[in-house]
Amino acid sequence: MRARQPLRDFATNQPLGATALAFLTIFLLLAIFAERIAPYDPVEVDFAAMLSGPTREHWFGTDAFGRDILSRVIYGARTALGIGILASGIGCALGSIIGVASAYFGGKTDLIVQRFVDMLLAFPIVVLALVVAASLGRMPVLGIDLNLVVAIAIPIIPKVARVVRSAALGVRAMAYIDAARTAGFSHVRIVLRHMLPNVMGPILVLATAYVAQAILLEAALSFLGLGVAEPTPAWGLMLAGNATDFYREAPWVVIFPGLAVTLVVLAFNTLGDALRDYLDPKLGI
Amino acid sequence: MLGFLARRLLLAIPTLLGVAVITFLILRVLPGDIVEVKLRADGGAVTQEMVQKERVRLGLDKPVIAQFGDWMKGLATFDLGNSMWTGRPVTEEIGIRLALSAQLAVMATIVALVLAVPLGTLSALARGTWIDGAIRLLTMAGLAVPSFWLGMLIIMGLLAVNAMPPLVFRPFFDDPWSNLKQLFWPALAIGYRYAAVVARMIRSSIIDVMGEDYIRTARAKGLPEGKVVGRHGLRNAMLPSITVIGLEFAFLFGGLAVTEQVFNLNGIGKLFVQAVTQRDFVLIQTIVMMSAVIFVVVNLIVDLLYAALDPRLRVR
Repeated sequence: MRARQPLRDFATNQPLGATALAFLTIFLLLAIFAERIAPYDPVEVDFAAMLSGPTREHWFGTDAFGRDILSRVIYGARTALGIGILASGIGCALGSIIGVASAYFGGKTDLIVQRFVDMLLAFPIVVLALVVAASLGRMPVLGIDLNLVVAIAIPIIPKVARVVRSAALGVRAMAYIDAARTAGFSHVRIVLRHMLPNVMGPILVLATAYVAQAILLEAALSFLGLGVAEPTPAWGLMLAGNATDFYREAPWVVIFPGLAVTLVVLAFNTLGDALRDYLDPKLGI
Repeated sequence: MLGFLARRLLLAIPTLLGVAVITFLILRVLPGDIVEVKLRADGGAVTQEMVQKERVRLGLDKPVIAQFGDWMKGLATFDLGNSMWTGRPVTEEIGIRLALSAQLAVMATIVALVLAVPLGTLSALARGTWIDGAIRLLTMAGLAVPSFWLGMLIIMGLLAVNAMPPLVFRPFFDDPWSNLKQLFWPALAIGYRYAAVVARMIRSSIIDVMGEDYIRTARAKGLPEGKVVGRHGLRNAMLPSITVIGLEFAFLFGGLAVTEQVFNLNGIGKLFVQAVTQRDFVLIQTIVMMSAVIFVVVNLIVDLLYAALDPRLRVR
């Protein structure tokens, strides 16, 4: 496409975005190799070290059960990134297909789909996700609660569908779409092979930004007790329950998990902004 | 104007009906309901007979369509039903908590605007300088900090300086000082994110507007820069920002749900989370409908404001 070495080109054009990408890569590695990197078992209870402050043994201190907070933050990265990337991926994939199809078929289909999207957009995302999460219950697969992923993905679908539709309307007017129809290609093929690839830029930007949203949403749901369940280490969950009892004696219980959420979300947002500016310099202000 | 209003209100009906159907389907078609949760919470052995009796009492044994019909009939006659958990009318459950949440939402909006308008303007005018950089960092952080964590940090800070806000809620008109002292901090926790979203919007629209011809004209005729920015720049830049302000206001509910939990405030957000945990369908669907109505009304107000602020949009 634009450069033979897209990564290097991106890094020179968007140094801030590249920094965010590097930071996220580190977190991703932490998440993948948590077993090797974390100094302790994240669920191991150690009553001898309850609420220990940051020491050489426990860099981030320990919680009320004597569990090592650094290890829990590292394993929490696995939960947050796993759920965040999956939910954003599912939400963006479905939203994109709906948006592109809506733009391609136009007419009544478009109208009906857009009314449906309007309805879903009338829900505050936390409300929609909470209700869906509570209704679906839990379905853990390989340590990740798939129903929670669905609950977080659903509010993302209409937002993505809306944006992708307007990008796809431009593509719809291109001559090569008419050419493809004249050539007798099926609707499915045109939508997936001719239209979708041409709106990949905006989708990539949305997908990055919605990982951030999904991670925030997961943290909020877990904090409210309707997200990730104990004993799975999750940042939002680490702040729930009795974390507040120790404001005075053990601020580290509160500080580190929240800092992890903030930094990762900040990095994804920065990366999203940088991608947008890189892919479409016109848009950047 | 009246015709426009009437048409908009008519258009809102299908949206609200759709929200009702979606909410209802999510709540009723999927397995599991309040009965078992509630009976187990009451303790003792749960027999099939008890479950069945309770389901009949709550009307959960009827076909889904009939249940939906009952609810719609109730909505039309303003009989919203009783909470499945406490048995009290949902209007009462919501009513006693409404003042707190509404006030919190308004205060969060004020906090957001007070922060966002000057910061967004300054950032745009000082574009590319370190001031712009600092403000952009501040707004990026605002988008990233979970509001509940910010709330916790605020409480920790207040504890550290021994300035804990009052714990008991006093209505504003009973004791304004105590009321404001208590609600300012949660309003700040919710308002920071809100401010960040709005400030970013204001920044980019001011940058857009300041490139317009009429700004050059205003400068050319010798208008002081302050007036150029205030009267011509900011006023025009506020238009697109109003949409964002309205949309964020309509969705403040999400912030309330988590922040009320942190500050232990007995508001609608906390009630909603409780209702979801207990699967209190009647309460959940009422609150969801309420938030959808707020969304529709806020959108309408935004459109009216648009028309009021920009005469070009009136002819339609």
